[in-house]
Amino acid sequence: MELDLLVSNFQKKDEKAFEKLYNMYSNSMHGVIYNIVRDHEIAEEVMQDVFIKAWHKADTYNSSKGRFFTWILNIARNAAIDKTRSKAFKNSGKNLNAEFFVDILETSENLNDKMDAIGIGTYVKALGEKCKAIIEYLYFKGFTQKETSEELDIPLGTIKTRNRNCIKDLRAMVLE
Amino acid sequence: MDIKAYIESGVLELFVAGQLTDQENKEIQELMLKHPEILQEVLEIESAIIKLSSAMSPGDTKHLLQLIKDKLQIGGKDVKVVSIEKARYNWLTYTGWAAALIVGAGLLWTMNQNQQLEVKVSDAEIEKAYLEVQIEDAKTDLAVKENLLNVLRDRNIISVPLGGQGDFANSYAKVYWNKSDNSIYLDAQGLPDAPEGKVWQVWSLTLNPLTPTSLGTIDNFNSDDNKIFNIANANESQAFGITLEPAGGSQTPTMDQLHTLGVVSQP
Repeated sequence: MELDLLVSNFQKKDEKAFEKLYNMYSNSMHGVIYNIVRDHEIAEEVMQDVFIKAWHKADTYNSSKGRFFTWILNIARNAAIDKTRSKAFKNSGKNLNAEFFVDILETSENLNDKMDAIGIGTYVKALGEKCKAIIEYLYFKGFTQKETSEELDIPLGTIKTRNRNCIKDLRAMVLE
Repeated sequence: MDIKAYIESGVLELFVAGQLTDQENKEIQELMLKHPEILQEVLEIESAIIKLSSAMSPGDTKHLLQLIKDKLQIGGKDVKVVSIEKARYNWLTYTGWAAALIVGAGLLWTMNQNQQLEVKVSDAEIEKAYLEVQIEDAKTDLAVKENLLNVLRDRNIISVPLGGQGDFANSYAKVYWNKSDNSIYLDAQGLPDAPEGKVWQVWSLTLNPLTPTSLGTIDNFNSDDNKIFNIANANESQAFGITLEPAGGSQTPTMDQLHTLGVVSQP
């Protein structure tokens, strides 16, 4: 499979493979990071750190442990959350009590994806509040199922199926 | 195994979110290889999350790639990648510089041409002024000569040849006397230049008795071109003579310096 080859080349420090993976995932990671730090400059800074870390830690990835996307998503989330815990970040007085990712879609300044973002934003608004929260926690914040269930006051046993249905809705909206 | 039920369980969504244990991850990885529907499902879940999160990106990330590569110190030595970047850069840069140089050279050339043309114009103007002066000179000359010719052709003119005298037999001169306007034209081409400190003096003579009357000295004799001099003469001259006198002229002619003499033949 092409992705496997790409990842394998990336692990061999192949620059072309690195570029391709960057092009595949950088926007996504940027969105995830920005959703957490809510600051353009810091998001760009963390973005660079994430891909630098991925390059250096490439050999720690193993496809039997999960998707490459999941692996790099994990690095990005952790790096962004670490950043928000840093003293400098706290001193900057950033207000992180913002809404879930949804508001970003409404104010996205990414011109390349503007139409996309507006379109997606319109649809995503239609997602149930619980769905937005579940997606936010599970994918973009890296909460465990247990933490998510406690945060949302949803029984742990139903998180899986609720999540399944939410992603189904999302897929219907963003994938044609 | 009921693939459909497995998919519907929601475990694949958690797989993509990274919420499963190593053991569970490993199982799904193996199932994906065996069942394309499962792989397809995972790809679509992943794709939906990527699409959503990409829409959350606040700006383009393309420019960050180079920064990252710089920090990783890769790309600098990779001929393939750099050559593409560089080629574009170089092509633009070189074309830009080349265009600038061409324009610059063209400008210099034009300026140089302009300067040369200005010099030529100024040369031509000098030439023109010089030619105008020459034409003016020629016109003046012509006017003088026409005037002279008119004088000589005048019906009232009396022509008096002056022959060489004594030691000065080679000398000669001519007087054209216009009685109506009391002036003579002396053609003294047959006289040598006056030596230093000397001057030619012209005399009007009456013969009985011999009485010389000075018509004046020719101070500009040596510098004159055509040696024709217009001199006033109100006398009833019977003859004309020319003597060489000390500078300033004399009251009476020095007879041994009488170079030419001619008698007016009465009409």
